[in-house]
Amino acid sequence: MLAGLLLLLLCQLLGEWIVLALALPVPGPVMGMVLLLAGLIVTKRVPDRVRVPAEGLLRHLALLFVPAGVGLMVHAELIAAEWLVILTALVVSTVVTILVTALVLKRLTRNLDLDAREDQQ
Amino acid sequence: MTSFWVYFAAKPLWWIIVTIATFLFTSWLNRRVGGTPLLHPVLVALSLIIVLLKLTGTDYDTYFEGAQFIHFLLGPATVALAVPLYDHFERVKKMLLPLLVACTCGAVTAALSVIAVAWWLGASEGTLLSLAPKSVTSPIAIGIAEKIGGYPSLAAGLVLITGAIGCLTAPPLFRWLKIEDDAVKGFTLGLSSHGFGTAFAFEFSTLAGAFAGLAMGLTGLLTAFLVPVLIRLVGL
Repeated sequence: MLAGLLLLLLCQLLGEWIVLALALPVPGPVMGMVLLLAGLIVTKRVPDRVRVPAEGLLRHLALLFVPAGVGLMVHAELIAAEWLVILTALVVSTVVTILVTALVLKRLTRNLDLDAREDQQ
Repeated sequence: MTSFWVYFAAKPLWWIIVTIATFLFTSWLNRRVGGTPLLHPVLVALSLIIVLLKLTGTDYDTYFEGAQFIHFLLGPATVALAVPLYDHFERVKKMLLPLLVACTCGAVTAALSVIAVAWWLGASEGTLLSLAPKSVTSPIAIGIAEKIGGYPSLAAGLVLITGAIGCLTAPPLFRWLKIEDDAVKGFTLGLSSHGFGTAFAFEFSTLAGAFAGLAMGLTGLLTAFLVPVLIRLVGL
Protein backbone atom coordinates (compact mmCIF):
# COMPACT_ATOMS: atom_id res chain seq x y z
CA MET A 1 0.00 0.00 0.00
CA LEU A 2 2.63 2.50 1.12
CA ALA A 3 5.13 1.30 -1.49
CA GLY A 4 2.45 1.66 -4.20
CA LEU A 5 1.58 5.16 -3.04
CA LEU A 6 5.27 6.03 -3.14
CA LEU A 7 5.46 4.68 -6.69
CA LEU A 8 2.49 6.87 -7.76
CA LEU A 9 4.16 9.92 -6.20
CA LEU A 10 7.50 9.08 -7.80
CA CYS A 11 5.85 8.72 -11.23
CA GLN A 12 4.26 12.13 -10.67
CA LEU A 13 7.60 13.64 -9.61
CA LEU A 14 9.40 12.16 -12.60
CA GLY A 15 6.54 13.36 -14.83
CA GLU A 16 6.74 16.92 -13.45
CA TRP A 17 10.49 16.84 -13.93
CA ILE A 18 10.31 15.64 -17.57
CA VAL A 19 7.64 18.24 -18.43
CA LEU A 20 9.78 20.96 -16.87
CA ALA A 21 13.03 19.81 -18.44
CA LEU A 22 11.61 19.41 -21.95
CA ALA A 23 9.18 22.37 -21.68
CA LEU A 24 6.27 20.08 -22.76
CA PRO A 25 2.72 21.51 -22.94
CA VAL A 26 1.18 18.73 -20.76
CA PRO A 27 0.53 18.61 -17.00
CA GLY A 28 3.15 16.69 -14.97
CA PRO A 29 0.72 14.09 -13.53
CA VAL A 30 -0.42 13.20 -17.09
CA MET A 31 3.20 12.48 -17.99
CA GLY A 32 3.38 10.46 -14.75
CA MET A 33 0.38 8.42 -15.93
CA VAL A 34 2.14 7.70 -19.24
CA LEU A 35 5.26 6.59 -17.34
CA LEU A 36 3.27 4.26 -15.06
CA LEU A 37 1.36 2.82 -18.05
CA ALA A 38 4.64 2.17 -19.87
CA GLY A 39 6.00 0.48 -16.73
CA LEU A 40 2.90 -1.73 -16.42
CA ILE A 41 3.12 -2.72 -20.10
CA VAL A 42 6.76 -3.71 -19.59
CA THR A 43 6.11 -5.70 -16.37
CA LYS A 44 2.89 -7.14 -17.94
CA ARG A 45 0.90 -7.05 -14.67
CA VAL A 46 -0.33 -4.72 -11.93
CA PRO A 47 1.18 -5.71 -8.55
CA ASP A 48 -1.37 -5.60 -5.70
CA ARG A 49 0.65 -3.02 -3.83
CA VAL A 50 0.14 -0.65 -6.78
CA ARG A 51 -3.46 -1.67 -7.53
CA VAL A 52 -4.71 -1.17 -3.97
CA PRO A 53 -3.71 2.51 -3.54
CA ALA A 54 -4.52 3.30 -7.21
CA GLU A 55 -8.05 1.89 -7.05
CA GLY A 56 -8.51 3.41 -3.60
CA LEU A 57 -7.74 6.87 -4.98
CA LEU A 58 -9.90 6.36 -8.09
CA ARG A 59 -12.86 5.08 -6.02
CA HIS A 60 -12.99 8.44 -4.23
CA LEU A 61 -12.02 10.50 -7.28
CA ALA A 62 -15.25 12.52 -7.12
CA LEU A 63 -14.42 13.84 -3.61
CA LEU A 64 -11.06 15.15 -4.84
CA PHE A 65 -12.83 17.56 -7.26
CA VAL A 66 -14.69 19.35 -4.47
CA PRO A 67 -11.95 21.77 -3.26
CA ALA A 68 -11.23 23.00 -6.81
CA GLY A 69 -14.95 23.13 -7.57
CA VAL A 70 -15.61 25.36 -4.55
CA GLY A 71 -13.19 27.74 -6.31
CA LEU A 72 -16.12 28.60 -8.62
CA MET A 73 -17.06 31.11 -5.86
CA VAL A 74 -14.01 33.18 -6.77
CA HIS A 75 -15.45 33.55 -10.28
CA ALA A 76 -18.96 34.50 -9.12
CA GLU A 77 -18.84 37.82 -11.00
CA LEU A 78 -17.57 36.26 -14.21
CA ILE A 79 -20.21 33.52 -14.01
CA ALA A 80 -22.98 36.03 -13.24
CA ALA A 81 -21.94 38.01 -16.32
CA GLU A 82 -21.40 35.10 -18.72
CA TRP A 83 -23.50 32.19 -17.43
CA LEU A 84 -25.78 32.09 -20.47
CA VAL A 85 -22.80 32.02 -22.86
CA ILE A 86 -21.06 29.35 -20.79
CA LEU A 87 -24.14 27.13 -20.47
CA THR A 88 -25.05 27.45 -24.18
CA ALA A 89 -21.48 26.66 -25.23
CA LEU A 90 -21.33 23.62 -22.93
CA VAL A 91 -24.69 22.17 -24.03
CA VAL A 92 -24.10 22.70 -27.78
CA SER A 93 -20.53 21.42 -27.63
CA THR A 94 -21.40 18.35 -25.53
CA VAL A 95 -24.24 17.34 -27.88
CA VAL A 96 -22.03 17.83 -30.97
CA THR A 97 -19.20 15.87 -29.34
CA ILE A 98 -21.52 12.95 -28.53
CA LEU A 99 -22.87 12.92 -32.11
CA VAL A 100 -19.41 13.03 -33.75
CA THR A 101 -17.84 10.41 -31.48
CA ALA A 102 -20.72 7.95 -31.63
CA LEU A 103 -21.08 8.20 -35.42
CA VAL A 104 -17.34 7.92 -36.16
CA LEU A 105 -16.92 4.92 -33.86
CA LYS A 106 -20.09 3.22 -35.16
CA ARG A 107 -18.91 3.63 -38.75
CA LEU A 108 -15.35 2.42 -38.06
CA THR A 109 -16.27 -0.60 -35.94
CA ARG A 110 -18.93 -1.90 -38.33
CA ASN A 111 -16.40 -4.34 -39.81
CA LEU A 112 -15.08 -5.23 -36.35
CA ASP A 113 -18.53 -6.17 -35.08
CA LEU A 114 -17.61 -9.86 -34.84
CA ASP A 115 -14.62 -9.06 -32.64
CA ALA A 116 -16.76 -6.96 -30.35
CA ARG A 117 -19.31 -9.76 -30.02
CA GLU A 118 -16.56 -12.22 -29.09
CA ASP A 119 -15.34 -9.80 -26.45
CA GLN A 120 -18.78 -9.50 -25.00
CA GLN A 121 -19.21 -13.24 -24.51
CA MET B 1 -18.79 30.49 21.54
CA THR B 2 -17.69 33.07 18.97
CA SER B 3 -14.02 32.79 19.91
CA PHE B 4 -14.36 29.00 19.77
CA TRP B 5 -15.67 29.28 16.21
CA VAL B 6 -12.98 31.76 15.16
CA TYR B 7 -10.31 29.43 16.52
CA PHE B 8 -11.48 26.33 14.65
CA ALA B 9 -12.57 28.05 11.42
CA ALA B 10 -8.97 29.20 10.95
CA LYS B 11 -7.57 25.67 11.25
CA PRO B 12 -7.04 23.39 8.21
CA LEU B 13 -8.64 20.50 10.13
CA TRP B 14 -12.07 22.14 10.18
CA TRP B 15 -12.36 22.59 6.41
CA ILE B 16 -11.14 19.06 5.69
CA ILE B 17 -13.89 17.73 7.97
CA VAL B 18 -16.49 20.01 6.36
CA THR B 19 -15.47 18.87 2.85
CA ILE B 20 -15.56 15.14 3.57
CA ALA B 21 -18.72 15.29 5.71
CA THR B 22 -20.58 17.37 3.12
CA PHE B 23 -19.55 14.99 0.36
CA LEU B 24 -20.67 11.92 2.34
CA PHE B 25 -24.02 13.61 2.96
CA THR B 26 -24.56 14.56 -0.70
CA SER B 27 -23.54 11.05 -1.85
CA TRP B 28 -26.17 9.61 0.48
CA LEU B 29 -28.70 12.16 -0.76
CA ASN B 30 -27.95 11.29 -4.40
CA ARG B 31 -28.50 7.57 -3.74
CA ARG B 32 -31.81 8.38 -2.05
CA VAL B 33 -33.10 10.27 -5.12
CA GLY B 34 -32.02 7.53 -7.55
CA GLY B 35 -28.62 8.80 -8.70
CA THR B 36 -29.77 11.55 -11.08
CA PRO B 37 -26.84 13.46 -12.65
CA LEU B 38 -28.74 16.70 -11.96
CA LEU B 39 -28.06 16.28 -8.23
CA HIS B 40 -24.56 14.88 -8.59
CA PRO B 41 -22.87 14.66 -5.15
CA VAL B 42 -19.96 16.86 -6.27
CA LEU B 43 -22.20 19.63 -7.64
CA VAL B 44 -24.42 19.63 -4.55
CA ALA B 45 -21.45 19.41 -2.14
CA LEU B 46 -19.62 22.36 -3.66
CA SER B 47 -22.81 24.45 -3.72
CA LEU B 48 -23.44 23.72 -0.03
CA ILE B 49 -19.83 24.53 0.89
CA ILE B 50 -19.92 27.80 -1.09
CA VAL B 51 -23.12 28.78 0.78
CA LEU B 52 -21.46 27.89 4.12
CA LEU B 53 -18.36 29.94 3.27
CA LYS B 54 -20.53 32.93 2.24
CA LEU B 55 -22.64 32.68 5.41
CA THR B 56 -19.57 32.54 7.68
CA GLY B 57 -17.72 35.21 5.69
CA THR B 58 -14.83 32.84 5.00
CA ASP B 59 -12.77 33.49 1.87
CA TYR B 60 -11.66 30.78 -0.56
CA ASP B 61 -7.99 31.04 0.47
CA THR B 62 -8.82 30.19 4.09
CA TYR B 63 -10.98 27.26 2.97
CA PHE B 64 -8.26 26.05 0.62
CA GLU B 65 -5.65 26.00 3.40
CA GLY B 66 -7.52 22.98 4.71
CA ALA B 67 -8.94 21.63 1.46
CA GLN B 68 -5.55 21.63 -0.28
CA PHE B 69 -4.72 18.34 1.41
CA ILE B 70 -7.63 16.72 -0.44
CA HIS B 71 -6.87 18.67 -3.63
CA PHE B 72 -3.27 17.46 -3.59
CA LEU B 73 -4.39 13.84 -4.06
CA LEU B 74 -5.58 14.69 -7.60
CA GLY B 75 -1.94 14.40 -8.75
CA PRO B 76 -1.37 10.79 -7.69
CA ALA B 77 -4.99 9.98 -8.70
CA THR B 78 -4.20 11.12 -12.26
CA VAL B 79 -1.15 8.86 -12.29
CA ALA B 80 -3.38 6.05 -10.97
CA LEU B 81 -5.58 6.27 -14.12
CA ALA B 82 -2.82 4.19 -15.74
CA VAL B 83 -4.10 1.10 -13.87
CA PRO B 84 -7.63 0.85 -15.43
CA LEU B 85 -6.08 1.89 -18.73
CA TYR B 86 -3.67 -1.04 -18.49
CA ASP B 87 -6.50 -3.42 -17.47
CA HIS B 88 -8.22 -2.81 -20.82
CA PHE B 89 -5.00 -2.85 -22.81
CA GLU B 90 -5.76 -6.12 -24.69
CA ARG B 91 -9.09 -4.78 -25.91
CA VAL B 92 -7.48 -1.47 -26.80
CA LYS B 93 -4.87 -3.16 -28.98
CA LYS B 94 -7.61 -4.99 -30.90
CA MET B 95 -9.63 -1.84 -31.63
CA LEU B 96 -6.71 0.56 -31.59
CA LEU B 97 -7.21 2.36 -34.89
CA PRO B 98 -11.00 2.99 -34.69
CA LEU B 99 -10.66 4.08 -31.06
CA LEU B 100 -7.80 6.47 -31.79
CA VAL B 101 -9.60 8.00 -34.78
CA ALA B 102 -12.87 8.37 -32.85
CA CYS B 103 -11.01 9.77 -29.85
CA THR B 104 -9.14 12.33 -31.95
CA CYS B 105 -12.32 13.42 -33.76
CA GLY B 106 -14.24 13.62 -30.49
CA ALA B 107 -11.56 15.44 -28.50
CA VAL B 108 -10.95 18.00 -31.27
CA THR B 109 -14.71 18.50 -31.69
CA ALA B 110 -15.16 18.96 -27.94
CA ALA B 111 -12.43 21.60 -27.61
CA LEU B 112 -13.06 23.47 -30.88
CA SER B 113 -16.87 23.51 -30.70
CA VAL B 114 -16.95 24.91 -27.17
CA ILE B 115 -14.41 27.61 -28.05
CA ALA B 116 -16.26 28.43 -31.30
CA VAL B 117 -19.69 28.76 -29.66
CA ALA B 118 -18.40 30.73 -26.68
CA TRP B 119 -16.32 33.02 -28.89
CA TRP B 120 -19.26 33.61 -31.21
CA LEU B 121 -21.43 34.52 -28.22
CA GLY B 122 -18.74 36.92 -26.99
CA ALA B 123 -17.15 35.17 -24.01
CA SER B 124 -14.03 36.73 -22.45
CA GLU B 125 -10.60 35.21 -23.05
CA GLY B 126 -10.25 33.78 -19.53
CA THR B 127 -13.59 32.02 -19.95
CA LEU B 128 -12.61 30.67 -23.38
CA LEU B 129 -9.38 29.21 -22.08
CA SER B 130 -11.17 27.68 -19.08
CA LEU B 131 -13.83 26.13 -21.35
CA ALA B 132 -11.35 24.47 -23.73
CA PRO B 133 -10.55 21.42 -21.54
CA LYS B 134 -14.19 20.87 -20.43
CA SER B 135 -14.54 17.34 -21.75
CA VAL B 136 -11.51 16.05 -19.87
CA THR B 137 -11.53 14.47 -16.46
CA SER B 138 -10.99 17.20 -13.81
CA PRO B 139 -7.43 16.48 -12.62
CA ILE B 140 -6.18 16.71 -16.20
CA ALA B 141 -8.43 19.68 -17.05
CA ILE B 142 -7.07 21.59 -14.05
CA GLY B 143 -3.54 20.94 -15.27
CA ILE B 144 -4.37 22.03 -18.83
CA ALA B 145 -6.11 25.23 -17.70
CA GLU B 146 -3.09 26.11 -15.54
CA LYS B 147 -0.84 25.44 -18.52
CA ILE B 148 -2.72 27.55 -21.13
CA GLY B 149 -3.68 30.45 -18.87
CA GLY B 150 -7.33 29.71 -18.00
CA TYR B 151 -8.70 29.66 -14.45
CA PRO B 152 -8.09 26.15 -12.99
CA SER B 153 -10.97 26.41 -10.50
CA LEU B 154 -13.37 27.65 -13.19
CA ALA B 155 -12.22 24.84 -15.50
CA ALA B 156 -12.85 22.24 -12.76
CA GLY B 157 -16.38 23.52 -12.20
CA LEU B 158 -17.14 23.61 -15.94
CA VAL B 159 -15.91 20.03 -16.30
CA LEU B 160 -18.37 18.92 -13.62
CA ILE B 161 -21.26 20.75 -15.30
CA THR B 162 -20.29 19.23 -18.69
CA GLY B 163 -20.42 15.75 -17.14
CA ALA B 164 -23.97 16.29 -15.94
CA ILE B 165 -25.05 17.70 -19.34
CA GLY B 166 -23.53 14.68 -21.13
CA CYS B 167 -25.33 12.14 -18.95
CA LEU B 168 -28.65 13.94 -19.48
CA THR B 169 -28.37 14.33 -23.27
CA ALA B 170 -26.62 11.06 -24.26
CA PRO B 171 -29.52 8.53 -23.86
CA PRO B 172 -31.97 10.36 -26.20
CA LEU B 173 -29.11 10.97 -28.70
CA PHE B 174 -28.21 7.25 -28.68
CA ARG B 175 -31.86 6.35 -29.39
CA TRP B 176 -32.01 8.91 -32.19
CA LEU B 177 -28.77 7.61 -33.80
CA LYS B 178 -29.86 3.98 -33.24
CA ILE B 179 -26.63 3.20 -31.36
CA GLU B 180 -27.01 -0.25 -29.83
CA ASP B 181 -23.40 -1.36 -29.26
CA ASP B 182 -22.56 -0.84 -25.57
CA ALA B 183 -18.88 -0.39 -26.43
CA VAL B 184 -19.77 2.62 -28.61
CA LYS B 185 -22.17 4.03 -25.98
CA GLY B 186 -19.57 3.67 -23.24
CA PHE B 187 -16.72 5.13 -25.25
CA THR B 188 -18.86 8.12 -26.27
CA LEU B 189 -19.94 8.78 -22.67
CA GLY B 190 -16.39 8.53 -21.34
CA LEU B 191 -15.10 10.85 -24.04
CA SER B 192 -17.74 13.55 -23.69
CA SER B 193 -18.43 13.31 -19.96
CA HIS B 194 -15.28 11.75 -18.37
CA GLY B 195 -15.83 10.38 -14.82
CA PHE B 196 -19.53 11.27 -14.70
CA GLY B 197 -20.05 9.49 -18.01
CA THR B 198 -18.01 6.50 -16.87
CA ALA B 199 -20.09 6.03 -13.72
CA PHE B 200 -23.23 6.44 -15.82
CA ALA B 201 -22.03 3.94 -18.49
CA PHE B 202 -21.64 1.21 -15.86
CA GLU B 203 -25.43 1.36 -15.54
CA PHE B 204 -25.77 0.18 -19.17
CA SER B 205 -23.31 -2.73 -18.74
CA THR B 206 -19.78 -3.48 -17.54
CA LEU B 207 -18.63 -3.48 -21.17
CA ALA B 208 -19.93 0.08 -21.58
CA GLY B 209 -18.25 1.03 -18.29
CA ALA B 210 -14.90 -0.44 -19.34
CA PHE B 211 -14.96 1.43 -22.64
CA ALA B 212 -15.99 4.63 -20.89
CA GLY B 213 -13.02 4.38 -18.50
CA LEU B 214 -10.78 3.77 -21.47
CA ALA B 215 -12.19 6.78 -23.36
CA MET B 216 -11.74 8.95 -20.28
CA GLY B 217 -8.04 8.04 -20.03
CA LEU B 218 -7.35 8.33 -23.76
CA THR B 219 -9.21 11.63 -24.10
CA GLY B 220 -7.41 13.08 -21.11
CA LEU B 221 -4.08 12.11 -22.56
CA LEU B 222 -4.91 13.27 -26.08
CA THR B 223 -6.48 16.56 -24.98
CA ALA B 224 -3.52 17.34 -22.73
CA PHE B 225 -1.32 17.18 -25.81
CA LEU B 226 -3.84 18.67 -28.28
CA VAL B 227 -5.39 21.66 -26.51
CA PRO B 228 -2.18 23.66 -26.00
CA VAL B 229 -1.40 23.13 -29.71
CA LEU B 230 -4.97 24.06 -30.80
CA ILE B 231 -4.87 27.17 -28.60
CA ARG B 232 -1.68 28.26 -30.34
CA LEU B 233 -3.22 27.51 -33.76
CA VAL B 234 -6.37 29.58 -33.22
CA GLY B 235 -4.17 32.34 -31.80
CA LEU B 236 -5.57 32.85 -28.28
